[in-house]
Amino acid sequence: MAKATAAAAGPGRAGARARGAVVRNSLGAMLDALTVAVGVAALALVAWCGFAAYRDQPTKDWHFIGMAVVSVLALAQLVVGIVQLARGERAHDGTTTFVVYLIGAFLSVPAAAFLSLTERTRWGSATVAAGAVVLAVLEVRLYDIWGG
Amino acid sequence: MTEPVTAGTKAAERSGAAGKSERPGRTRLVAGPGLLLVWLYSVMSVGAVSRSVYEIVVRFDTAPLAHSLSAVAAVVYAFITYTLVRGGETARRAALVCCAAELAGVLIVGTWTVLEPSAFPDSTVWSAYGMGYVFIPVLLPVTGMLWLRRSRGTGPAEA
Repeated sequence: MAKATAAAAGPGRAGARARGAVVRNSLGAMLDALTVAVGVAALALVAWCGFAAYRDQPTKDWHFIGMAVVSVLALAQLVVGIVQLARGERAHDGTTTFVVYLIGAFLSVPAAAFLSLTERTRWGSATVAAGAVVLAVLEVRLYDIWGG
Repeated sequence: MTEPVTAGTKAAERSGAAGKSERPGRTRLVAGPGLLLVWLYSVMSVGAVSRSVYEIVVRFDTAPLAHSLSAVAAVVYAFITYTLVRGGETARRAALVCCAAELAGVLIVGTWTVLEPSAFPDSTVWSAYGMGYVFIPVLLPVTGMLWLRRSRGTGPAEA
């Protein structure tokens, strides 16, 4: 649709518009891909830390590396989401809701990680697993909030 | 009680100040399973508070009853989180009472939304027993009360 209107606007602007549409589409695809990636990574973290809790183990260095990876993905999602809004794209369920969910998604795993540092038992691992469940749920909601 | 209490959430940060003035022996409620509990309560607090602020600011008129009930839920969650983080016997009792109130609220509002959906053009946190929140609202107060009853009497004598 963007291409059709661009073509009507004349050959000179058509190229620029089309390029804009390509960038917009690839960023949009990136946001969707990040949403799925963060969701899958969060579920993996649930399984991993849930297993540690089941084995009666606290969170260890490797778990924290995993949490860092998930947090970096969520941060990338936050940045891409805000860039999309800045480019004039609109979230289906409203900008405020979208931004609040993005921030919540970014904070959920680091907050649980800090809590697990204070509780060096299986319950620290269980808390991180619960934080990752929250993140996975937020990703499902984010997918709906963005796409409708 | 030299270990740091918690960090990371807003409610937990407040406890940093409370933790310093903590008398030795105050029942620590954020330990073991209590940490998981306080984490779930803080998540529910953040969720319910942000949700009800948004609802009240943006579209209160569309469903005043539902949005007021969401605000009540938000206050209850925030208060329970605070008492759990603070610790101590008084806080434990207060949290116990609030968990019972929360359970009653979930059951009453849940039943109400099921019996008379027309009264709720928009859903609340506690609609259909908290189905929108994976039934955590109905499970949380039960586990909360079990935990709070169990941690009774681990005060000065044992600490």
